[in-house]
Amino acid sequence: MVLKTLDVLGSLHGYGIARRIEQISGDLLAVNQGTLYPVLLKLEQEGVIASEWGASENNRRARFYRLTREGRKQLRLETQDWEQTAAIIGRFFAAKAEDLS
Amino acid sequence: MKSLRRFFARLSGYATRRAHDERLREEIAEHIALQSAENIRAGLAPVEARRQAILKFGGREAMKEEYRAERGLLFFENFAGDLRFALRMLRKSPGFTAVAVVTLAMAIGANAVVFGVLNALILHPLHVPQAESLYGIQHGEEASSYQSYPDYLDLRDRNRSFDDLAAYDGAQVGLDAGEDPSRVWIILASGNYFDVLRVQPFLGRFFHASDEHGPNSAPYIVLSYTFWHTHFQDDRGVVGRVVQVNKHPFTILGVAPPGFNGTLVFFNPGFFVPLVNQEQVEGVNDLSARGKRFIFMTMGHLKQGVTRTQAIADLNSIGSYLEKAYPKDDEQRTFTLARPSLYGDYLGKPVRAFMTGLMLLSGLILLAACANLGSLFGARAADRSREVALRLALGASRARILRQLFTEAMLLSLMGGALGLWGSFLLMGGLSAWQPFSRWPIQLPVNPDANVYGVALLLTLASGFLFGAVPVRQVLRTNPYEIIKASSRGSTSGRVTARELALVVQIAICALLVTSSVVAVRGLLHSLHSDLGFEPRNAMLADTDLSMGGYSGERALQMQKRMIEAVVAIPGVQSVGLIDWAPLVSGGNIGSLVFADATTDLRSANAAADSFLFGISPEYFRAAHTAVLSGRTFTWHDDENAPRVAVINQEFARRVFGSPANAMGEYFKRPDGTRLQVVGIVENGKYGSLTEDPCPAMFLPFLQSPSTQTYLAVRSDRDPGQLAAAIRSTMRNLDAGLPVYMGPWNQELGTTLFGSRMAAITLGVMGVIGAMLSITGIFGMAAYSVSKRLRELGIRMALGAQHKEVLQAALGRAFKLLGIGSAAGLLLGILASRVLASIVYQATPRDPVVLAGVVVAMLGLGLLATWIPARRALAIDPAILMRED
Repeated sequence: MVLKTLDVLGSLHGYGIARRIEQISGDLLAVNQGTLYPVLLKLEQEGVIASEWGASENNRRARFYRLTREGRKQLRLETQDWEQTAAIIGRFFAAKAEDLS
Repeated sequence: MKSLRRFFARLSGYATRRAHDERLREEIAEHIALQSAENIRAGLAPVEARRQAILKFGGREAMKEEYRAERGLLFFENFAGDLRFALRMLRKSPGFTAVAVVTLAMAIGANAVVFGVLNALILHPLHVPQAESLYGIQHGEEASSYQSYPDYLDLRDRNRSFDDLAAYDGAQVGLDAGEDPSRVWIILASGNYFDVLRVQPFLGRFFHASDEHGPNSAPYIVLSYTFWHTHFQDDRGVVGRVVQVNKHPFTILGVAPPGFNGTLVFFNPGFFVPLVNQEQVEGVNDLSARGKRFIFMTMGHLKQGVTRTQAIADLNSIGSYLEKAYPKDDEQRTFTLARPSLYGDYLGKPVRAFMTGLMLLSGLILLAACANLGSLFGARAADRSREVALRLALGASRARILRQLFTEAMLLSLMGGALGLWGSFLLMGGLSAWQPFSRWPIQLPVNPDANVYGVALLLTLASGFLFGAVPVRQVLRTNPYEIIKASSRGSTSGRVTARELALVVQIAICALLVTSSVVAVRGLLHSLHSDLGFEPRNAMLADTDLSMGGYSGERALQMQKRMIEAVVAIPGVQSVGLIDWAPLVSGGNIGSLVFADATTDLRSANAAADSFLFGISPEYFRAAHTAVLSGRTFTWHDDENAPRVAVINQEFARRVFGSPANAMGEYFKRPDGTRLQVVGIVENGKYGSLTEDPCPAMFLPFLQSPSTQTYLAVRSDRDPGQLAAAIRSTMRNLDAGLPVYMGPWNQELGTTLFGSRMAAITLGVMGVIGAMLSITGIFGMAAYSVSKRLRELGIRMALGAQHKEVLQAALGRAFKLLGIGSAAGLLLGILASRVLASIVYQATPRDPVVLAGVVVAMLGLGLLATWIPARRALAIDPAILMRED
C-alpha cells in the first residue's frame, strides 16, 4: 500500500502517506498512524524507498519518502502476485456447484 | 541478498543511533503538527485538535521501541548493556572477582598445560611427513625393540609390508670441532634413515643408503638444527668441514630441518652418523654379530593398503625363518608394531596411561572449580534476588535476566581463561626449555598449537556456562510478589547437604595434598643431608670417557694415572680418587654376580649375591669420605701382576659370608671363575638410588679391573668455580682433545633426586590447586550463609550480640566443615606417606614440623576464605538492614 501510494503520488512525507492510505481505504483502515514509521524504516533498509529532508506545505522541515527504481520493480512484482492471488480467490468464490459437475 | 543489505543497514543504524533518534522525534512532531492543522481546519479547537492527533497517532513509546528494534542490532545493544552492567557488578565486588578469576585461571591453565603435553607427546608427536603410517617394530613378547644388525638386514630385505626399514641407535661421542671438545649424544642411523622418514635437509645434503660400503665407509655427519644453531652459530659454511669424532675425521654433510630431532620425542641428538661407522663411534664393531642386539629401534612406513595385522603376520614369518636359520642367536622371534615416538609401548603405554589419568584429574579439578564457583554465584544471585524480583515486576522477561547472569559468568570465565592460557603458555615455554638431566639431552618439546588454544577456549566457554547455570533454577523460581513483600528466606536446617559433603571431600583432599607435599619437601631436604656412604659436599666430580680420546688398554691406564697425579698437584686439592661409575650419578651400574668360594657350578641360580661393582684408585675412599671399617684399602701395587683383591661393604659381607667378622681374608668368586680375596670392609652406601635398601657392593683396584670410564672425585675446600677451571686447564694440558664434564658432586645427584623433586613439585602444585578450590568452596558456602541470614544476624546485633557471637553464628558451620575435612585429610596424608616413602627418601609424617605446617596451612586457608564474608557479617548495620526490609 505504501509503495502504491508513493508510486501514484510521487514523493511524500509520513503524514501524507498515512492520510492517503486512510482516504483511499475510505477510512476503513484507521490503524494507529504511528505504526507506519517502523514499516517505512524497514522498507528503506531494504532499499525499495529512499528518504530525504524537504519542506512541507506549511514550510516545516519534513522527511520525504520516494520510490526507488528497485521499489518500482518490487511494486510491479507484488502487483502481479496480488492480482494473480486475487484472481484465483475470485474464481473460487465465483465457482458454483454445477460448474464442477 | 536483501537480508544482508538489511543487516548492514542495521549495523550502520546501530552506529548512528543518536542521529536516528533525533530524526524520529522530528518526524513524529511533524506528523502530529500536520494532523492537528488538519483537525483545526475540520473545525476543532486547537487543544482538542492536538489531543485527537496524538490519539490517532497511537502509543508513541511503544512505537519508538519497535522502531529502534527495527533499526539497530537489538541483540548487540542488549549485549553491550549487559556487558557494561556485568563489569560494574564485578568491579563492585573485587574479592569475589579475584577469587573467581584466579580459580578459573588455575583450573583452565592446568587443563591447557596437561592437554598441551598430551598433544605434544601423544596426539602430534613427530614432525615428519605421513607420521600416521610410520611404525616401529617391537618384540612380541616384551615392550622393547632391540635388534642386531644382521637381523635388521633380514627384516629389511625380506619383508613385503614396509616401503623400507630404517634402524638407529643412540650413543655418546667426543666431538672436537677445533675449539673446546664436547661430549655429544648422537644417533647412529642406517643409510636410508632420512629417506625412510621422508625429511629434506635444511642445508647441504643427507647421507643415503648408496653412501654405505661396509664398516667405517661413511664418515659423515648430519647436524641437527638446534646443535648447528648452538655449536656452529648458524654458520652456513659448515657444510664440507671436517671435524674429529672420537679422534676420527668426519665430514659434515648438511643440517637437518628445524623441528626434526629424530623419532624419539624427548631425545635431542646433536647429530646423525651412519650406523656402518659404529666401530669409530662406539669402539666396537657389532655389524656382523647376530647375537648383539644393539640397535635401539627399527621403523618404516607401511606400504599403502597393508594393514597392521598383515604386516605383523609378515614380520612373524620372517621371525620364524630367523629362529630356524640361527637357532643359537635367535630364539623366539615374534613381532608387533608400535609408534616410534615414545619407544613403542615401553614408554608409550605408561605415558599414555599417565597422561590420560592427568587429563581426567585436571578435568575433575575444573569441574570442582565450576561447582564451587557455581555456589558462589548462587550466593550472589540470592543477594540480588530483590533486584531480580524488581526487574521481573517491571516486566523484564526471565530469559533477559538469565542472559544478564550468563553474560557475567562468561565474562568471568573469559577473564579466567585468558589469564590461565597466558600462564600455561609461560609454563609450556619453560617446560620446553627445561632439561631435567644435565648429562642427557632430554627435553619435552611442548609447543602449544591451534588445538591447545581451541581446547582452552572450549573449556573456558563450557565452564562459564556450567557455573553460570547454577543460579538458573533460583531465578526461574523467583516470585517477585513474595520476595518484595517479605524477603523471606528459608531458615538454615541442620541437615548436611550434598553440597556440604562435596566441600568436606574437597577440603580433605586438599589437606591430604598439603600433608603429602610438606612430607615430600621435608624428605627431600633430609635426603640431601643423609648418610650416603660418601660425602658429596665439597667435592668436585670430573668425568670423561677415555675412549672418546682414542685411548684403550695400557694407554688408558697410563692416562688415568697421569690424570690423578696432575689433579692432586693442583693447589688446595686434598685428595683425588678415581672410580669408573660414580655412585648415584652414573646410573645403570651393570654389577656382577658373586659366588661363594666353595661353589663350583657357576650358574646364575647358584649365585650368593648380585653386587654393585666399582673399579677404584687407592685414594678413592679418602676422597669420597667413605669409612673403611676394617682391613686396608688398595695400593698402587695392587696391579695386574698382584693377587686379585677386593674391598667389600658390610651388606656384601653379611650376604656372602654371614657377617663382617667372617669376611676378612676370605675368598669369593666371580662368574668367570676368578677368585678374589677380601682385604677390607667399608660402610654401606647408596649406589643406584636414594630409596634402595642396603645393597652389596664390591670395590676392585682399577689396575685389575680397567675401564675407560673415568670419574675423578676431587676433595677440596676451594670455590667450586675456581676449582673447576683449574681442573679443566690441567686436563687440557694432558690432552686438549678429550671432552671433560665437570660439576660439584652434590649437584650431580640431581638425576637421582629427580623422582623425589618431581614428586615434591607435583604434590606442591596439586596442593596449591586444591587449596584454591577449598578457598572458593568455603568462600562460597560462607558467603551464602551470611547473605541468607543477614536479617537474623542484624536482629541479633540489634539485640546486643557481640562480634564473636555473630561470627560464630555466621561462619561456625564453615569452620566445622573445614575442621572435619582437614582432620580427615591429615589422617589420609599420614597413611599415604607410606606410598610416598618409596619415591622420596625418608619421607615420614611423624614429624612435628609436618603436623604443625599442615594445621597452620589449613587454618590460614580457612581465614583467607572466610575473610570477606566475615567482614560483611561484622559490617551489618541493623538500622539500615531493618529499614531496607
